[in-house]
Amino acid sequence: MEKRVVFGHPVLPYLLVAPQIAVTLIFFIWPASQALFQSVLRQDPFGLRTEFIWFENFIELFTTPAYMDSIKVTVVFSFSVAILALTVALYLAVQADRVIRGGMAYKTLLIWPYAVAPAVAAVLWLFMFSPTLGIITYTLEVLGYDWNHKLNGTEAMMLVVVASSWRQISYNFLFFLAGMFAIPKSLIEASAIDGAGPAKRFWTIVFPLLMPTTFFLLVMNMIYAFFDTFGVIHMISEGGPAGATMIMVYKVYEDGFRALDLGGSSAQSVVLMAIVIALTVVQFRYIERKVEY
Amino acid sequence: MAEVLMKGVKKSFGKVEVVHGVDCHMEDGEFIVIVGPSGCGKSTVLRMIAGLERITKGEISIGGRVVNNLEPAERDIAMVFQNYALYPHMSVYKNMAYGLKIRRMPKFEIEERVQKAAKILELSEFLNRKPRQLSGGQRQRVAMGRAIVREPKVFLFDEPLSNLDAKLRVQMRLEIRRLQKRLGITSVYVTHDQVEAMTLGHRLLVMNNGNMEQIGTPIDLYERPRTVFVAGFIGSPAMNFLTAGISADGTSVKLTSDESLLLPEEFSKYGGREVTLGLRPEHLIVNEKDGHIKFKVEMVEELGADSLVHGYFGSENTILAIRVPGTMKIKADMNLQLTCELQNLHLFDPESGNRLEV
Amino acid sequence: MVENRPWVTYLTHVMLVVGVLIMAFPIYLTFVASTHTLPELLDRPMPVLPGSHFIENYSTALTSGVKELGVSVGRMMFNSLIMALGITCGKIFISLLAAFAIVYFKFRFRMFFFWLIFFTLMLPVEVRIIPTYKVVADLGMLDNYVGLTLPLIASATATFLFRQVFLAVPDELAEAARIDGASPVRFFLDILVPMTRTNMAAMFVILFIYGWNQYLWPLLITTDESMYTIIIGINRMLAVGDDFAEWQVIMATTMLAMLPPVVVVVSMQKLFVKGLTETEK
Repeated sequence: MEKRVVFGHPVLPYLLVAPQIAVTLIFFIWPASQALFQSVLRQDPFGLRTEFIWFENFIELFTTPAYMDSIKVTVVFSFSVAILALTVALYLAVQADRVIRGGMAYKTLLIWPYAVAPAVAAVLWLFMFSPTLGIITYTLEVLGYDWNHKLNGTEAMMLVVVASSWRQISYNFLFFLAGMFAIPKSLIEASAIDGAGPAKRFWTIVFPLLMPTTFFLLVMNMIYAFFDTFGVIHMISEGGPAGATMIMVYKVYEDGFRALDLGGSSAQSVVLMAIVIALTVVQFRYIERKVEY
Repeated sequence: MAEVLMKGVKKSFGKVEVVHGVDCHMEDGEFIVIVGPSGCGKSTVLRMIAGLERITKGEISIGGRVVNNLEPAERDIAMVFQNYALYPHMSVYKNMAYGLKIRRMPKFEIEERVQKAAKILELSEFLNRKPRQLSGGQRQRVAMGRAIVREPKVFLFDEPLSNLDAKLRVQMRLEIRRLQKRLGITSVYVTHDQVEAMTLGHRLLVMNNGNMEQIGTPIDLYERPRTVFVAGFIGSPAMNFLTAGISADGTSVKLTSDESLLLPEEFSKYGGREVTLGLRPEHLIVNEKDGHIKFKVEMVEELGADSLVHGYFGSENTILAIRVPGTMKIKADMNLQLTCELQNLHLFDPESGNRLEV
Repeated sequence: MVENRPWVTYLTHVMLVVGVLIMAFPIYLTFVASTHTLPELLDRPMPVLPGSHFIENYSTALTSGVKELGVSVGRMMFNSLIMALGITCGKIFISLLAAFAIVYFKFRFRMFFFWLIFFTLMLPVEVRIIPTYKVVADLGMLDNYVGLTLPLIASATATFLFRQVFLAVPDELAEAARIDGASPVRFFLDILVPMTRTNMAAMFVILFIYGWNQYLWPLLITTDESMYTIIIGINRMLAVGDDFAEWQVIMATTMLAMLPPVVVVVSMQKLFVKGLTETEK
């Protein structure tokens, strides 16, 4: 990816990249390497003594039930969010793709939830499910079910999943719509002439051609669920009750800022770094293949 | 004085040499066309004159000044690109004024120059429009306008008409020629189209595979091509090439076991040699009386004023094309006798491709 | 749909409308809540139609906020605005410069810088919170706008977008500018930047939303209430517990918190979509 035209100025390019590099080094490379460094140390809260302990922090992490639980919770959480957000979005996108009139209006109406912050989305859903005055809580009560996500771990998980998926539906909807738009109409028409009905056409033609988009969205949803949902957890449950919604990124915060376990928290950061790098690499590898499709 | 001098100019990209040495002396006010097939190095040569490519070896001077180490902006040249390269967000006026603005020319002078150029190119009513609102031909004129206002020493053209449709191309060709004549600025023009080259240039520089094949006036190249390549490249339809052998005494050239053509005296020193014989389709004349070449017609392309007749001759069924007046009714499977005037025979060495001189 | 079955089209519209309503329902409810008094809300079930206290609630929120919080929503919105604009403008500025340098110049370390910046794409702020916090604290930038904004302009999404845009600009344009006598800086300012206006606008939309919606970082950095962003403010308002929360003011605040990004998305929808789809490539 080279331009034929390049300037050969001696100093200017360095000046131009300087701001970005400076910010990257100070607020990025340095902290990331610090995290790596801290993760192989043990430091008492007062910072008086530091011990170089190699991978002990990591070993300790993976043998602590609390951390393993957190991993489990994170996996359940992210898959639930991804599946919920993807299926609803796909359904809506298919419907929206079908209508000729009003398509633009639906598009506008369905994508703006993405503008809402995850944390704010959490407040909206928290309000509806509030044990005190939530309207859905009330409806459930009338139906005989007592909802209290402050006490019930599963309910808490359900709430955060729904709150997190809500805005992702918009995001996925947008990309699915674009993906379907890219499918040549002639393919659909050819298969209709061949005798396939709408449902069959969808499963044998549209869906397979949407695979690259679906895969891409799956990875993006996972990344979202892993990292951007911190606000949701913090607003609704703070990781509780009893760790039922303690996703890994929240645990990093909890252990680092509340419990002041710097070594453990840094080790967790490093694990998260590894995960996100792996996810990104997977995505880039797949995007390359996507282009050839 | 805006003469352009190129001495032993070579270009390499890394270890690969792509231009193997170009020498050329362009007079002030001359219109030189560099012509050749794709990949022959003509654009590279142009870009070296412009300063967009560094010169690996050799020297280029403009107006007596060696420009090897000068930036394009310092060489006092202007260039018209194949894709026009107009700044899309600027109006036509601003596009033409940009180079002058950078050189801090006073506003009124810029205005004067732009208006003058616009008038010559019939762009005066488009000055406030943006490039995307113009047609291809109009855009090309804006590109030329941008070059004209600079009043440079040399105009450089990089295949400017390739993106236009055939009819527009013919029209623009004439306009460019008129313009250059009117302004009298030394111009270097690159194209792969030999018709364009023949009609525009005072002299042509033919290139092939990075080599300079020949430089001369269009007629020079047509009548006395120095290599097989030039002979086959200039002239449409292309020259016919046959393998033949010169008789031992050098008076005739043997085409097949039973057909020969007389040679003018001068070739006697090449007696006994194998040669490549070149015959242009327009020089092969149907002559039932004196024709030595037995030609069997395969197919006729009737173009109206002329007809192109394709067929075979000789025991090995060599393919030949001849051009005849449209009034002559030729049909497939006819047998014709052809002849050719002696001065229209071109003889080349089969290995080097060079013209055999007397 | 190839077949022409009217009732299926009708059904499709119905499902879409249902979808829209479900997506909009939480917001609607929030709006309703923001127009009632607290007693009206606590009286179960809460009303589902808007009330009459719109002006009262919103003005309370904007001027004084919730009792225990100590800072007005107006002030918090201002903080959010500064942060969002700071991140947006900062990121666009440094990304334009860096992308220009990487695409149009040949210099030593060019590839090294490229990969360095690429690396930042992969690590969101959440994985480096503690050391980044320490750096900011050491630099004395806690509880101020600089500390709020600067660490978040490090990531490279904008740089990559601009790089792609610049790569697509035809070479001849730069060559023509060079022949016209433009220096690299002039080329950048006179030609490249104006040409990429739409991309910058699209980036602006995306980054503004990203900046406005930041949560984790402002949470860590700000301890002084007057520096709270509006989203953090909402969290603080809820912190008093379910039973004591002044829901009507909180909901009004929530509506206000959603307003700027939603307005931006809706009014600049085309740019928003463009920005979203192009940054994810």
